[in-house]
Parts: sequence; structure tokens; C-alpha cells
Amino acid sequence: MRRDLLTALRAIVVVTVLFGLAYPLLVLGVGQLIFPGKADGSLIHKDGVVVGSALIGQQFYEDVIGKNGKVEMSKGAPVTQPDPRYFQTRPSGTTPADNAAGSSFANYGPNSIITKQAIQANIAAYLALNTAPNKQLYDPAVTSAAQVPVDAADTSASGIDPDISVANAKIQAYRVATVRHLSLAEVDGLIAKYTTGRSLGFLGEPGVDVLELNLALDRISNGSH
Amino acid sequence: MTVNGWLQILAFCAVLLVIAPPLGGYMAKVFTGQRVFLTPLLAGPEKLVYRMFGVDPAREQDWKSYAKSLIIFSLAGWLLLYLILRAQTLDPLNSYGGAKFYSAPWNVTFNTVSSFMTNTNWQYYGGETTMTYVSQMVGLTVQNFASAAVGIVVAVALIRGIVSRSGKSLGNFYSDLVRTLLYVLLPIAFVSALVLMSQGVIDNLSHYVSVHGISGLAQTIAMGPVASQEAIKELGTNGGGFFNVNSAHPFENPNGFTNFYEMLLVLAIPAGLVFTYGKMVGSRRQALAIFSTMFVMFFAGVTVAYAAEANGSPAQHAAGLHTHVIANSTGGNIEGKEQRFGVADSALFDTVTTVTSCGAVNSAIESFTGLGGAVPFANLSASEVIFGGVGTGLYSMLEYVLLAVFIGGLMVGRTPEYLGKKVEAKEIKLVVLGLLITPLTALFSTALATASAAGRASIAPVATGGPQGFSETFYAYLSQANNNGSAFAGYTGFNQPNIGNLHSWGVTFADLLGGFTMVFARYAPILFALAIGGALAGKRVSPAGLGTMRTTNATFVALLIGVIILVGALTFFPALLLGPIVQAVTGHLYH
Repeated sequence: MRRDLLTALRAIVVVTVLFGLAYPLLVLGVGQLIFPGKADGSLIHKDGVVVGSALIGQQFYEDVIGKNGKVEMSKGAPVTQPDPRYFQTRPSGTTPADNAAGSSFANYGPNSIITKQAIQANIAAYLALNTAPNKQLYDPAVTSAAQVPVDAADTSASGIDPDISVANAKIQAYRVATVRHLSLAEVDGLIAKYTTGRSLGFLGEPGVDVLELNLALDRISNGSH
Repeated sequence: MTVNGWLQILAFCAVLLVIAPPLGGYMAKVFTGQRVFLTPLLAGPEKLVYRMFGVDPAREQDWKSYAKSLIIFSLAGWLLLYLILRAQTLDPLNSYGGAKFYSAPWNVTFNTVSSFMTNTNWQYYGGETTMTYVSQMVGLTVQNFASAAVGIVVAVALIRGIVSRSGKSLGNFYSDLVRTLLYVLLPIAFVSALVLMSQGVIDNLSHYVSVHGISGLAQTIAMGPVASQEAIKELGTNGGGFFNVNSAHPFENPNGFTNFYEMLLVLAIPAGLVFTYGKMVGSRRQALAIFSTMFVMFFAGVTVAYAAEANGSPAQHAAGLHTHVIANSTGGNIEGKEQRFGVADSALFDTVTTVTSCGAVNSAIESFTGLGGAVPFANLSASEVIFGGVGTGLYSMLEYVLLAVFIGGLMVGRTPEYLGKKVEAKEIKLVVLGLLITPLTALFSTALATASAAGRASIAPVATGGPQGFSETFYAYLSQANNNGSAFAGYTGFNQPNIGNLHSWGVTFADLLGGFTMVFARYAPILFALAIGGALAGKRVSPAGLGTMRTTNATFVALLIGVIILVGALTFFPALLLGPIVQAVTGHLYH
């Protein structure tokens, strides 16, 4: 028995050195050598600053300016709202939204009233964001919840989904084009450019990488309100 | 449902069918000590490892001796992992998360350690907010390898018992372990880690990255040595995510290709081992019968899950969403799913990881529709024999085969035989115990957790009303008993108010009950499987006669499926009625 235990302890220590140190460090070394940018998170730099990762969703929000011209505050933090100049990512279940240091599911059950209410709130927010000051929706084809694409109303799994559906992007394009004084064709062109197709033509679903799309928009227009 | 969705599902099945036989043949060579293409490279290191272990790989072990080595090795692994996780604070590199990561409380650690030792990888913790890189690599990655290898060697030992013509030997545990680790898991994991990295899966030891967003918002992005763990997590049907959201995280699973590749990794060994079995017993047709059984049940699950998810959920419809396919949107229940996977890939991934004991998820199972969620329930209720975990799936399926042979024998009125060996009272007793212990553990734990206030404390606040709370609880113990590890993730045994475990506490009841459930439901069946191997090892082989029931034809496959469904349904149907079935049938919304 003692001999068995000694063997087992020796074995687990050797296995730990081999598979807990040698193997992961070898993968790390070789991977860093061949795929340096990808191994480090497909980070995107702009003017020497990391503005995000092509693979990680983030929020494109702005501070809310109150009637007195000052930034509205709540509990010591500025109140924010979606910046209409930018395409917006999907609803997120993390705290705060799009938290890439603490991913989590929203865990909304399929038969839950809370789920229904959350989806309704997301639909309302989506419609409000895409409504012009004249109370008309920017996209004339969208009139009610029935036209909202499911990905715009349902939370993602990771809470940091970098993509939105092409249908979702095309609706938001009307808003972005108007706010930025661009033609719809220009914005749709960018959407087409930053749509990630299915891998090998048939694996997965197409999606539009929101960060890359927004960066491209900023390159052609600074988008004043 | 879309044409492209079906195309992906069928392509996946086709590729699986192509890779499983050669991989199975390769593993058969490894386990029978034959030369393989890696032998020139690995024979030296293999010998060195035996010397460092201090074992003689040629020493034959009977089932008791084999089981003893296996259990003591697992125990040593448990102790070391517990020490590593509890000593996390001493890690000199422990600062990359912005805050220092303390160890989780003892009860959560007990659960985590039990879970990784048993190949369950149930996770009450969130990786990127609680685990240091050292804990992830030196602690968790090691058990990803070790627990997978332990599962595989049990299947191999059972096969040896079935094949053996004389004597009591089932082989040598340490030799099987080392050969599995070096010749099977290591090369595939290494290559796969690099394949995944080529697509954007990260692998670094960097600080979490601070982002200055273009609209002015800050974001912190978690980093880590992900690819090395991701590869073995899928290959070893472990399923423990580096990040909290597992394979839904873009750094673990960045696109449609990685999703496809990870699903193949999950099923490669469980499917391959069936052909290993065919090679070792010298009958490809036996392998094909078992493979067909698994495949039919797997395919039925995928079909139901995909159809249900494509249809959308009652909550979506009540909120006014239209869930049919429209131009540029796949529609369906995409609540808790990623855009790049959509409905088809999420349903397929979910089925792949719940027929096996992988338990990785690329979408939130809690948010699956009642019927879509019933698929993982059904897969777990079938005791993980539809491919199943690495090794565990095959040895459990072989027990079902023996049971089917026995029942078939009763029906035709002959002494049941399998591959020329008489299946007698002793073997059938062991088979029945081996097959029932997991379901009974699951039901017992679920009952305990449902009936006690301490157990109900783990139910997610958003699911306390209606059947969802019961579904969560039931799934938690069903998953832990089957060493699967997937979860209706609202169910919790851990509260973590701050990043890095600061002021966190565990829910002792759920942590301990889950931990004991996993350990008991892993090692008791292993002992029965090895005992069956031992009982069969010494039996004389008699030539097949006219009256011998054939175990390679469609009739036997149908009988086998019938037995699996019957046992699963009889055991679990009442409990399933109370949860997912109520939800699927009524479409009612609950508070």
C-alpha cells in the first residue's frame, strides 16, 4: 500500500511536470512564434492605443449630456447611452455589459416572464435607438417588434459577442448613414466589407464585426451629431 | 431550419465517420503494444517516464490490482490539485487580472478538484475571475489529461477481459496510462492547440489588456494560456472552460471552423474507441453494430434539438419577436447563443457535448427551449453511452451490450453468450449494478437538493418559479453524476461578489453534494467495469453455434437501443416530466 502510494505520488508529479509545464509552455512558445498577433488576442491598435480586440464585443456608448449642458451623473459615474454614430453590439448578460474580464451567460429561461420582459426591453431600446428626432424610424421597413432581428433582441451567450447579423447591421445602417451624413450605399458597402462569411463557405453563420466596422466608419467620417 | 444548417450537421457526421476508424486502428496498436509511426520519437521518453514513476510496465495486473493502482493514482492527483488551488495566493505571477486572485473557499475547491479528477469539469467558479494562470496550467490542464487517460484505460482493460483466452490479467495500469498520455492525447492535443491558435484562440501569459474604446469607454480583456487547455478540454471530453462562458467565448472558439474542429475533437476518441474495440476483439462488425447504435441515437438528438431551437421560445414569441428565418438572419431561439454559431451550430455542439461526457458549451443551455433542453436531458439520462466520455462511453456501452445479450438470451431461451463467452449470473449482477449506480446517484442527489432548503438556495433567482428551478437542480446532479459538467448555469454553489474571490463564499450543500456525487458516480462504475473485465477474463471461449444470438445485425442494434431507452426512461421519466417536458408541452410562461 505504501509502495503504491509512493508510486502514485511520483507519477502525478511527473505527469504534472510534463503536462502542466512542458506541454503548455511548448504550445505557448511555438504558437507565439507562428501566430503572434492571434496568440495575443487579435488586438486592434489605433494611434498606438489598444482600442479593442477584433474577437471581443464592446460597447459604443457616450455620456448623456443633461439640459444644463453638463454630463449627467448617477452614483458618481457618468450616465451613458448608445452612441448613434456607431453600430451597436448585441445585448449582453455580463455585469457591466460587454465585460471581457468576467464573461457570463444571462441564463434567461425559455418559459420565463422575466425573459419575455428582458426581450421586450431590448426591442424597445433597439427601436428607440433607430428612431429619428422626427419620431420616424430611420429604416422605413421597420415598424414594430416583428421586424427586429432576433440577435438584436436576445442576449448573446458570451456577453461579448463581437458580431451582429447582417440584417441587424442593415437596419442600423440607416441611422448611422443619416447621423454621419453618409450615403446608405457607402455604409452598406462597409457592412459588406466587414461581414465575416461562413468558414470554408458553410461553417457557422455570417456576422458583421462591429468594432472593425466602426473603425472603418471613423476613417471616412468623424460623424458629428 | 436552413439548408446550410443541415449541410453542417451532415458534413460533421461524414467527417466523423471518416476519421473514427483509422484513429481507432491507431489506438488498438497503441494498446496492444505494436509499433506506430510515433514509436521512434516516443519510445525513449516512454521508458524514461516508467523509470521516473518507478514502475515495471510489463507487470501483469488482475482487476483488483489494476483498480487499486487506478484509485490511488486518482487520489494522489486529487491531493495535488487541491494543494495547488488552495495555494494560489503564493503564485508569484498572481497579479495579471488587475486584482490578486485568492483561493476559492474550501467547499468550492473541494467541488472543483473532485470535478476535474473525475473528468466532469463541473464549474462553480468563473475561470477568468478566480483562477491564476498557474492554477489553470499546472493544476487544471494536468487533470484534463490525467482524468481522460484514466477513463480510456478502464475501457481498454475491459476489452482485454473480453478478449482474454486465459488468465486473470487486464494489463498494467501505469503502462496503459503512459501510453494513452504520450501516444494518443499528447500529439493530438499539441497539433490541435496550434490549429486553434491559427484561428484566433489565444495563448499567452500577458496581463489582462486595458482597452480605450473609440467612443471613450474602457474595457478590460482577460488573457491567458487558453489554446493548450482548450485542445485537451475537448479531446479528453473534459469540458471545463478556461473562461466562465466556456466555448461560447470568442477566445476559446472564434469562428465556425473552430466550432467544427472542437466538436470533432470531442467525438474523435469516443467514436474511435469503438473501432479500437472492433480491432481488439477481431471483429469489425461488432464495432459497426455498436457504432450504429450510438450514431442513430446521436442523430435523433441533433434533429430534435435543431428543430426545437429553430422554432424559437415561448418567451420570444410572447415578446413579439418573429423567429422564422429572414434574409440575413437565421432567426430561431438565439437567446444565449452567439451570432457566429447561430442555431444549427449551437444545437449540434450541445448534442455533441452532452452525448459525450464533455459538457463544454458554446451557448447557454439554460436558455434552450423546453424541447431543445430535453435533448441534453435525454442524452444524460442514457447514462452517457451515445459515444459517451473517453473510455467511459465504451465501457458503459459494453455493459449495455451484455445486458441486451442477456435479455435477448432470455427471449430465445438460451444461455446468453457474447463473443463466445457465457454471460452468467455473476456478470449480469455486476452489469446491472454498474449501469444503475449512476442514475440512482443522480436521482438521490436531485431529491435531496430539491427537498431541502439548503439545496434550493442554489436555484437562480430568475428561475425560482415554475419548472425551470427543478430543471436546473435535476440537470445539475444528472450532469455531475454522469461526469458531464454542462449546466443550466443559473444553478450555483459559489458566490463571488468581487473579482479574484475577494469576500467570496461557497454554498456548502451544493458543493459537497455535487463533489460526492461526481466521485461516487465515477469510481463505483469503474470498479464494476473492471470487475466485469476480471470475471470475463478467465472464461473459456466456445465456438458460435446455430442457436447463438448474433450481435452484429440490425435486430441486435434495435434491441440494444430499446434496452438503453427502456432503462433511461424507466429511471428518469417521472423526473423529466416535472421539468423540461412540462415546459415543452405547455408553452406557459412562469414568474
